[in-house]
Amino acid sequence: METFASLADGFAIALTWQNILLALLGCFLGTIMGALPGLGPSNGVAILIPLAFTLGLGATPSLILLTSVYYGAMYGGRISSILLNIPGDEPAMMTCLDGYPMAQKGMAGQALSLSGIASFVGAFFATWGLIFLAPQLVKIALLFGPAEYFALFALAFMTLGGVSSTNQAKSAFAAALGLGLAMIGVDTQTGVPRFTFGEVHLYDGLDFLVAIVGLFALSEVFIFLEKRHGAADADKKKVKVGRLTPPWSMIKQTTPTMLRSTGLGFLAGVLPGAGASLGSFISYSMEKRLVDKDKTFGTGDPRGIAAPEAGNNAAAGGALVPMLALGVPGSGTTAVLLAVLLSLNITPGPLLFSQNPDVVWGLIAALFIANFMLLAMNIPMVGLFTRVLMVPPRILMPVVAMVSFVGIYGISGSSFDLLVMIGFGIMGWVLRKLDVPLVPIILGTLLGNTMENNLRRAITISNGDWMTLIDSPLSIGLWVIAIIGFILPLVIGRRVKAQMHAKAGEEGTISD
Amino acid sequence: MSDRIFGVVGILLAVSFAFAALAIEESFLSDAVGPKAFPLIVAAVLGISSLVIALKPDAAPEWPSLDRLVEIGAAAVVMVLYAELLPVLGFVIATALAATYLTWRLGSGPIASVVTGLGTSVGIYVVFHLVLGLSLARGPLGF
Repeated sequence: METFASLADGFAIALTWQNILLALLGCFLGTIMGALPGLGPSNGVAILIPLAFTLGLGATPSLILLTSVYYGAMYGGRISSILLNIPGDEPAMMTCLDGYPMAQKGMAGQALSLSGIASFVGAFFATWGLIFLAPQLVKIALLFGPAEYFALFALAFMTLGGVSSTNQAKSAFAAALGLGLAMIGVDTQTGVPRFTFGEVHLYDGLDFLVAIVGLFALSEVFIFLEKRHGAADADKKKVKVGRLTPPWSMIKQTTPTMLRSTGLGFLAGVLPGAGASLGSFISYSMEKRLVDKDKTFGTGDPRGIAAPEAGNNAAAGGALVPMLALGVPGSGTTAVLLAVLLSLNITPGPLLFSQNPDVVWGLIAALFIANFMLLAMNIPMVGLFTRVLMVPPRILMPVVAMVSFVGIYGISGSSFDLLVMIGFGIMGWVLRKLDVPLVPIILGTLLGNTMENNLRRAITISNGDWMTLIDSPLSIGLWVIAIIGFILPLVIGRRVKAQMHAKAGEEGTISD
Repeated sequence: MSDRIFGVVGILLAVSFAFAALAIEESFLSDAVGPKAFPLIVAAVLGISSLVIALKPDAAPEWPSLDRLVEIGAAAVVMVLYAELLPVLGFVIATALAATYLTWRLGSGPIASVVTGLGTSVGIYVVFHLVLGLSLARGPLGF
């Protein structure tokens, strides 16, 4: 029972006062960020990275803080879905379908606590799944050479657009743009400067934190400036929260739904190109098909809340599997978490488990702790969070912008980085208008150099023979999956996306 | 139409990226692949995807009216000024000005904006500098 011994070590690391406080802070901030429309898990984590970094937190404490934010945001998204019928973040979209009708029936409190329990079930079992699945994946990953890694990165990019992508050309464009941005700076292998145009500030390359905060957080500010009104402002009617504890019969009725959705959501999280939004979407549609005999889904059926919430939280846990075991994230927020690891000088991937076991198991233990905290926080304190929702965007958005500036300025203390960040903010706004996904850009800037190094290493080992890239069965397998993953959305993508957006169609949201 | 323009811009970007890649000076000590090959692959992907976007455009997005565009442009200018003036004016003053502007443009009244802007700036200063010890830009007045 090596796993349990490691897990016990992890708890020993995570259970210090500092780490518990950080987890508490992270859960609290995360829930707020998830609940506020316009701030999702990815921009929430993005704003906080530079701060965690400049505050001089160590690797494990920063990760604990930021993953607590991640889990917290997944919990928080449901609050505004249920109360305002506006999803707080994209994965919570499906929760609107039954959550809002329930709130209209005067059962908002029950809907909130039930969805809190469902979130807990999803996240709790997904964390167990992470514990058992990740080490297995590591065993496979240890067989990877440079050529296989190159194929794996290609797979990550080709599937990132996701099954729900409508336009694969735009995903490919975004990935290439990100990779191109990563090329800026001095080439690590030969020492020649590339694409720097003589600008000294660019020799180090672009800081990916600057790119992330600009693309995610600042572009959101521009979107709000464009629309100005801010939907949350418009219908600020008082919602009665009502009774907070769901009756036992309701919990009993929804238990099988939660368990099934957890399984499905976890799978969706692990698979490349799916992620939490899709996790909640398939969970909801499967439950609808399976148990909706009286056609009550969509009119405030408790199972219609339990399914997507368990699904998206399980997917959040599942998405950590490829990120930790392979170093290749499958969703937007895990890409941002990868940025955390990289800026702390920790290389994720199979060696992480043997070289930094304290980081991995401390993190996993922290996930359990955060999960219990979130459950405790989300049911009795839900009233507090609903009040936070009343903060209008005209006050919130300047704060977001200023905190982004503070974080980036804290890292380097140079105005140049701030200017680059503003540039990324504008670019992010334009690209979001044009429906170009932002996550591949981030992933490209993060992984670009590693991907290139693996390519060059593979070809140097084989003395310049490019065929080495498709030489082993393992790499051929990866390429096949990559190609299928790229072509599949062309066939079925339009349908899935149309269904997903049928109800809560929102333009240019950042996917989980 | 938007996508056609976007695709053409993308192609131009890819071409200039490829030219910039070809202009990279090779070092005399190089590996088998060299510093140019991967950027050229990236440029090819960029070019092909832009071509596809230009040939098969999606429905055009709803572009904001001219005054909204000016709004966004003005906000960007304010942010640039903020970045440049931060070391000159110091954190608290610069941030109060920028936050006031953004709050005002997002729809608060003039007095409410000034109050929110000041509150935001001082709040961030207290939390991040005094409590958490983050170093922020120092102005002539020491804050």
